Amino acid sequence: MARSNKPIVWGLFAAGGTMAAFVVPGLILITCLGVPLGLLSADALSYVNVLELLQHPLSKLVTFAVLFLIIWHAAHRMRITAHDFGVRRDKLVASICYGIAAAGSLLMIVALPQI
Amino acid sequence: MSRRPYTRELSNTGWWLQHPRYIRYMMRELSAAFIGSYVVILIVGLWQLSRGEAAYQAFLAAVEGPAGLAFAVIVLVFAIYHTYTWFQVTPKAMPLKLGDKPVPGALIVAAHWFGFGVVSVVMWLLVGG
Repeated sequence: MARSNKPIVWGLFAAGGTMAAFVVPGLILITCLGVPLGLLSADALSYVNVLELLQHPLSKLVTFAVLFLIIWHAAHRMRITAHDFGVRRDKLVASICYGIAAAGSLLMIVALPQI
Repeated sequence: MSRRPYTRELSNTGWWLQHPRYIRYMMRELSAAFIGSYVVILIVGLWQLSRGEAAYQAFLAAVEGPAGLAFAVIVLVFAIYHTYTWFQVTPKAMPLKLGDKPVPGALIVAAHWFGFGVVSVVMWLLVGG
């Protein structure tokens, strides 16, 4: 049988979708809505608190892994969905979607060690 | 040239508006656009955090402004829909057997929601506890 990279791509996609399913609703509630709605204390997302939370090497690693999986999942799904919306220029769509995911991953690789 | 040329009845772009099931499918797929945008915003936040307190405060002010809040609510709705649809297919994607008996699909879905609850509470306590 011919070798294919599909299982790896599919595995990444599934892992990212599962990760998104488990963490994104809670993450939005915490990072965007908790403080304005008064559910979290006013300083929960303060510079000092978030810095303290993310300075541990393990939290950097987890943050990177979680966001990496989700952004590549979203990029792949948007590439496929663009076709469903009638956009037929797959090469262009793929380079935009995967380009954003790659740029985001790179930005994390640069930013996280500096935190 | 055929005398009865084939003409498409549906457009490439609007076909999914023809049936509620197609609309639900497209909304499920579109969730990726909102989830992806949200992750990009989070990564920008990490970047601003690495650049110091002033940069981070500016980021926080933008996220907590009216536009940021409205966007967050939309992302939340799509994210919950993604979670719901993703968990719904888990019994089909990975059917389980205990001994000879297949585990009921509803149980597999329920176990995922339980895990979702645990993950959400742990994250909440990490930040707010």
